[in-house]
Amino acid sequence: MDYLLTEDQIMIRDLARQIAVEKIVPVRAELDEQNKFPTDIMKAMAQADLFGIYIPEEYGGLGKKSFELYIAIEEISKACLGVSTSYAANALGTYPILLHGSDAQKKKYLPDIASGKNLAAFGLTEANAGSDASGVQTTAKLEGNEYVLNGTKQWITNGGEAQVYTVIAITDKSRGARGASCFIVEKGTPGFTFGKKENKMGIRASSTTELIFNNCRIPRENLIAREGLGFIVAMKTLDCSRAGVGAQGVGVAQGAIDECIKFAKGRVQFGQPITSFQAIQHMLADMQTQTEAARALVYAVARMMDSGAKDFSRASAMAKLFATDTGMKVTTDAVQIMGGSGYMKEYPVEKMMRDAKILQIYEGTNQIQRNVIALDMIKEATRQK
Amino acid sequence: MHIIVLVKQVPDTSEVKINRETNTLIRDGVPSIINPFDMFAIEEALRLREQHGGKVTAITMGPPQAADALKEAVAMGVDEVVLFSDRAFAGADTWATSYTLAQGIKKLGSYDLVIAGKQAIDGDTAQVGPETADMLGIPFIAYIKKIKAIADGKMTVERMMDDGYDVVESSLPALITVVKEINQPRLPSLKGKMKAKNLKVTTLTAKDINADENMLGLKGSPTKVVRIFPPAPRGQREILSGTIEQQVGQVVKKLKEQALV
Amino acid sequence: MQVISNTCTGCEICVSSCPFGAIEMRDGKAFITESCTLCGACIEACEFKAIERTGEEAAAAAKDLSAFNGVWVFAEQHKGGISSVTLELLGEGRKLADKRQTKLSAVFIGHGIKDKARDLIAHGADIVYLADDPALKDFNDDSYSAVLTTLATLHKPEIILAGATAIGRSFIPKVAAGLYAGLTADCTVLDIDPGTGNLLQTRPAFGGNIMATIVSPNHRPQMATVRHKVMKPAPRDDARTGDIIEVKFTQTGAVRTRVIQTVEELSETVNICEANIIVAGGRGMGGVKNFHLLEELAKVLGGAVAATRGAVDEGWIPYSHQVGQTGKTVCPKLYIACGISGAIQHVAGMQSSDVIVAINKDPDAPIFSVATYGIVGDVLEVLPVMIRKFKELRG
Repeated sequence: MDYLLTEDQIMIRDLARQIAVEKIVPVRAELDEQNKFPTDIMKAMAQADLFGIYIPEEYGGLGKKSFELYIAIEEISKACLGVSTSYAANALGTYPILLHGSDAQKKKYLPDIASGKNLAAFGLTEANAGSDASGVQTTAKLEGNEYVLNGTKQWITNGGEAQVYTVIAITDKSRGARGASCFIVEKGTPGFTFGKKENKMGIRASSTTELIFNNCRIPRENLIAREGLGFIVAMKTLDCSRAGVGAQGVGVAQGAIDECIKFAKGRVQFGQPITSFQAIQHMLADMQTQTEAARALVYAVARMMDSGAKDFSRASAMAKLFATDTGMKVTTDAVQIMGGSGYMKEYPVEKMMRDAKILQIYEGTNQIQRNVIALDMIKEATRQK
Repeated sequence: MHIIVLVKQVPDTSEVKINRETNTLIRDGVPSIINPFDMFAIEEALRLREQHGGKVTAITMGPPQAADALKEAVAMGVDEVVLFSDRAFAGADTWATSYTLAQGIKKLGSYDLVIAGKQAIDGDTAQVGPETADMLGIPFIAYIKKIKAIADGKMTVERMMDDGYDVVESSLPALITVVKEINQPRLPSLKGKMKAKNLKVTTLTAKDINADENMLGLKGSPTKVVRIFPPAPRGQREILSGTIEQQVGQVVKKLKEQALV
Repeated sequence: MQVISNTCTGCEICVSSCPFGAIEMRDGKAFITESCTLCGACIEACEFKAIERTGEEAAAAAKDLSAFNGVWVFAEQHKGGISSVTLELLGEGRKLADKRQTKLSAVFIGHGIKDKARDLIAHGADIVYLADDPALKDFNDDSYSAVLTTLATLHKPEIILAGATAIGRSFIPKVAAGLYAGLTADCTVLDIDPGTGNLLQTRPAFGGNIMATIVSPNHRPQMATVRHKVMKPAPRDDARTGDIIEVKFTQTGAVRTRVIQTVEELSETVNICEANIIVAGGRGMGGVKNFHLLEELAKVLGGAVAATRGAVDEGWIPYSHQVGQTGKTVCPKLYIACGISGAIQHVAGMQSSDVIVAINKDPDAPIFSVATYGIVGDVLEVLPVMIRKFKELRG
């Protein structure tokens, strides 16, 4: 397929692919088995400027947009979703600053994020606030020139590894969702600690921890936008990142197909390679077709976002929904085609299948995506009346 | 510090195939790459710049398309590149190549260190480094696996020997060749690639580097290739068959007959 | 090299015959580009005699070649002991000197080596130039090349040979640069051209896929480094006589480099370049857990363990054991390739071995094309059998 990429987009794809093949593939099984954060790979990606793709040039980035970021995410996801989650969650943690931060905040934080010196993380989820984001209980109270944070964030990707955290906390309980605000908290701030590293089913190369705030004092200027805009910041952030999760789905699906067809060509049963059986051929054809459809949707949404569209909640939700369901299905089918071998840790597809599951859960479960899509459809239909 | 890296563009020999009938290289579609050992030289130069500041200049001698190798070096982070290209350089052996590089380096102004890979994978001679050093009149140390320290016009390095290594101290400027153990070369960066894409590579000719034309290219080369031929075929070749027990038995017997074991 | 335009039929045979891709078709005729190295393959290939050499070569400034006489070898020593490559050089040097009806000299540099100089004569040298000085104790590019360059300038040998060792390959080019001498690296065959008296230096090129013969027609001395373990060592004959000429070493100028410390890396196995038997493993070994099989076989045979780049990159064995283009070049009497597919880069480093035994489960693996004996089977099943059989053999 020709995806009509520009010269620069091809350059980004090829470099991300080179990193995936040379740096990630050789160690992905070990990272998975040992639950190990890929520090060296993150360094290699930083050196290659992959962290600065979507950050404006004035802040030390490459000045590209979402599409270019997604292309990199897709390539890395082909090799390892754990690594790509660490990479993509960095963008997630950065978007609040990029989209809503003041010039001073951007100047202070973005250059080190673009260079890969600092990693970012986004803290929204809590024990009682998952799909229902309005259940946030972490509070931020203004005392003089400082906000005092108290509460615990749960399941935060890049927790402990990131230096910069964008965190949603309640500044005015009485106002419900309109009482939330977004803050920048730096690692090392007194009163800010991490829970133990979670032991996950998949994406085990990524770090997931609690963020624990206990009378954590941060300067007043670390408030992003204004008090009360926390949920808007969070929703806009998720709108931008969601299609990137779709790109992860496309990547893991393609990675599984590539492994699976390589295996199937060499696997002989009944005296012939299993690729000569129509049952296998049709599965392969469906897997690739579904993946191309997912890719087409993710690319289309990315191009729409980058063209300056204002509202793309529904589009990005559809891209996430479809591409991650595809990722789950295709990785499952890849294991099926490879049979017993596919189930063994000697081959990478069992890991891909375990990894893929999270894509249907994080950054808004696929059930929530359907809500977003349907509500927007109904809203539009109502408006058109 | 100003560090100069010697780079050579070579055919990617993992993809070079030989036509067994005409006994020549099949060159169609064989990609050109930076000599892999030179990648270690580039990486080491970049690391030294990161530690000590300064700039890194990569140079090569070759046809106009050798500029591509220099662009790759820029993509990795090299600051400046210079290509020495002239019909008069063609057909140079290691002596004439070294002469050209030495003349070129003299043209680049002052420098502290020259780094090259231990050898090029197409020629495998390992001669251009030491010959260039001699012509520049600077010390040469081969097979460096570690630069331990650089300060006050001196450096301390570890030189691989056949049975271990030496710790060697040298004055600067000097020329060193490096081995694989010294580092792991970085990948190019996106900013570097973008810079390389639009770069016009500075090209210097024989005249630009004040070279004596009698010492250049084929004319200036003491050695000439007079014959190219296939390696003598190996003795009888035998692929054994039977059970593993039988195959191994046959081999052990044959090796014993030849008094090899 | 030029194309005689009227004679050229445009048949393009020369285009495919050129090892350097230096011939193109322009206007229906062959055209020789700047990639030409004057190797002459096209002259031989052209059925119409439409390609010839130009007078360029002859016109190159010729030195007075007749003033140069004698064959020299650089007699490498290690901690005062004569290196085995030196004996090989003396063996080869003796043959060349006899063909040229001239003397064979050895240049012996080091400290505390005086009593070993006689051994060089016993092994074939007529003259030993002995530079014995505390300043020459450790190998140093500057001082070693100063000694050899000074001697060569004074005595004008026509041939200088050295081992293609870490030392030889490091400082010999410096000598060649200073003498404006042609130097050929890593030769495997040396001979004298009976017509011209030139030294014919043959070496593998392009990873050993092609052999190239190189001469230095207009420059003297003719210099070559010679691959270890290819030439036959000179036999010892204590009845031989010769002269030992002591050479005084004077440090000129400041000492620019010095060895602070020499570290010998003790390996449980032999230096693979020196080993007569090598047992090598590749990715087909399946993991570090199976490398003990190689070690066991090597132990039974009294050999050394080597590996491919693939196995080294996997971290199964240190780089010092790597054979191939980016590792070491070895030529043992017996090379047992275990689970090695035979990538061109690996083959380049081991194809000069006398006998190659290859074990691979894929009968089409390229390693079998260089193997003397090929065993088709799973290496993990073959090796235990082989170890057992060799053990039985040894009693």
